Amino acid sequence: MSKTNQSPGAPAATLQQTGRSVRLSGLSKHYGDFAAVDGIDMDIRAGELLTLLGASGSGKTTTLSMIAGFTTPTEGTVLIDGEEITRVPPHKRNLGMVFQHYSLFPHMNVRTNVEFPLKQRGVPKAERRRRAMEALEVVELAHRAQARVTELSGGQQQRIALARALVFSPSVLLMDEPFGALDRALREKMQMEVRRIHRELGVTVVFVTHDQQEALTLSDRIAVFERGRIEQVGTPEDLYERPASLHVATFLGESNLLPGTVDGGVFVTRSGSRLSAGSAENGPATLVVRPEHVRVQPATGTGAGIAATVGEVVYLGADKRLVAVTADGEITARIAAAEGYRPGDDVRLGWEPGAAAVFPG
Amino acid sequence: MHTSARWSALLLAPAVLLVAICFVVPIGSIVLRSFTEPELGLATYERLFADPTTLRVLGRTLLVALGAVGLCLLFGYPYAYLMTLVGPDMRAVLMVLVLVPFWTSLMARTFAWVSLLQRDGPVSALLAFAGVPGVTLLGTAAGVMIGMVQILLPYMVLTLSTTLSRIDRGLLTAAQSLGANRYRTFFQVYLPLSLPGVFAGSALVFILALGFYITPQLLGSPRESLIAQVIGVRVERLVDFAGAGGLSLIVLLTTALCLAAAVLAFRPVRAMLGQGGDRR
Ligand SMILES: Nc1ncnc2c1ncn2[C@@H]1O[C@H](COP(=O)(O)OP(=O)(O)OP(=O)(O)O)[C@@H](O)[C@H]1O
Ligand SMILES: [Mg+2]
Repeated sequence: MSKTNQSPGAPAATLQQTGRSVRLSGLSKHYGDFAAVDGIDMDIRAGELLTLLGASGSGKTTTLSMIAGFTTPTEGTVLIDGEEITRVPPHKRNLGMVFQHYSLFPHMNVRTNVEFPLKQRGVPKAERRRRAMEALEVVELAHRAQARVTELSGGQQQRIALARALVFSPSVLLMDEPFGALDRALREKMQMEVRRIHRELGVTVVFVTHDQQEALTLSDRIAVFERGRIEQVGTPEDLYERPASLHVATFLGESNLLPGTVDGGVFVTRSGSRLSAGSAENGPATLVVRPEHVRVQPATGTGAGIAATVGEVVYLGADKRLVAVTADGEITARIAAAEGYRPGDDVRLGWEPGAAAVFPG
Repeated sequence: MHTSARWSALLLAPAVLLVAICFVVPIGSIVLRSFTEPELGLATYERLFADPTTLRVLGRTLLVALGAVGLCLLFGYPYAYLMTLVGPDMRAVLMVLVLVPFWTSLMARTFAWVSLLQRDGPVSALLAFAGVPGVTLLGTAAGVMIGMVQILLPYMVLTLSTTLSRIDRGLLTAAQSLGANRYRTFFQVYLPLSLPGVFAGSALVFILALGFYITPQLLGSPRESLIAQVIGVRVERLVDFAGAGGLSLIVLLTTALCLAAAVLAFRPVRAMLGQGGDRR
């Protein structure tokens, strides 16, 4: 059957809603001496799509599980629309949840899977059926309503799981690496699907991933996790352009790192090049600059910047990736495709003072 | 594909032959005698069904077997469930506890029950201590049931634990996130998924229970004998091979009928518990 493009909102009328806000306050989870989550404060706004991004073991799942009610916090509270739910059991929280491994009930068909949450809420049979079909239409799988769940592909199963988590109009949708098991192409398709559904239904979404590209693609805002703490919360642009720490800067996107020291507002690289350090404090530091902010100029005369030799140039279509070798290591730059640098050329690298960030350490 | 199927048929042939020689031939010959002795015809069956004890014993045997299935489920299901919850070390301990009875012979265990259940034995003393004096379970239906359940329980637990350990616990988390409390999660998700194990374990225990001979002989009363004992009496004391063969066939057909009925009942039950799901 072909994909039908519904007019936005029309088939999902009863699924539409105003998302709710979630507030985490001083939230911690200790396992013995180990703090899996260590005093998190965060406001998730009504209707936004917020991503919890972080390396493996940084506490993302534990945080999500405390919002869902499967893990009891050691300390702190969870509030939904200002109402405390820290001790409310999971089945009474009215939150939708999508897991990495689909978790569809194998003894039910597609439609009865989607009806399950409505059945728990005592919705009469006819209405249950109607709303399940509606949710299946949102994920474009209404034509497979009678299929066994094991007959479906991974992507289809995850869309059923999504329909099942949305059918009862939960106040918040929680997703824990939902597309981790899918291949890249399908993953990107599902990301677009989540964006569309989020836009159409207006539900608040908390999305866990360790894939920075996924986080950048999906999120209204991203919370970067590191060892049980939140390092920074902000829009993808905030995080990319104004990272609050070295970890955030390196975790999101590509960056060049130059080790050195700050001395009175000047950043001195190991080889002695002197660059602007902004307002960084004196001491050992690392300068971070994105490849697209690195300007490459011919090495005529003695301008400011770092002397370098072109190592390799890779043509990427829209632009070129140039790797320059300096006395402080390699620096990558993105340059216009029209620029004609060749390996071996002597160049000078520079950037606007505001484009680089200096972090202690 | 075709050739490999032929190969496996060839490889299976010795096993099939062995089963045929050891099981089918003896059963076939004794059943045959029920139709040929004393002369060709159904005389043996007329004789068996004319005797009211035949049906009474058959009914009693079926009831006892069903009772054993019920009790094995009652004790075995929670036990097998517990095995899926505990860590690997504790699971090994629980598994060994189930297997221990297999290390001693059925005869030895039954005699152990005789001494435990006899008049003024330990069980009587215990019951007296608990405020129920003067109870002797040896020679009663309850005594037989205790002995049978103890012997059959491992079969139920082993069959169930295989199925239960394969149930994805993530499904239970999912059910709760969708609004099901523990009770509904059990009845709408866990129980339907465990039904294949319940069915397999029940069928196994039921069939084994129908054939029990030593346990009811030693622990029960002669007035409440089961079908295997009656068959034994015909062979040993009455030298009535035709009658024994006839009874065997009746048991065989009854068992087959019960299993067929259970298979037919199984789908709707499962579908009902699974909210109309139409799987498998
Ligand atoms: N039940 C538990 N007992 C002990 N430690 C636990 C438990 N659950 C989680 N942890 C620990 O807490 C830390 C955070 O785990 P969590 O599952 O939240 O990480 P995560 O960010 O989701 O990682 P991943 O990307 O690998 O899923 C990990 O170091 C983990 O080992
Ligand atoms: Mg996780």
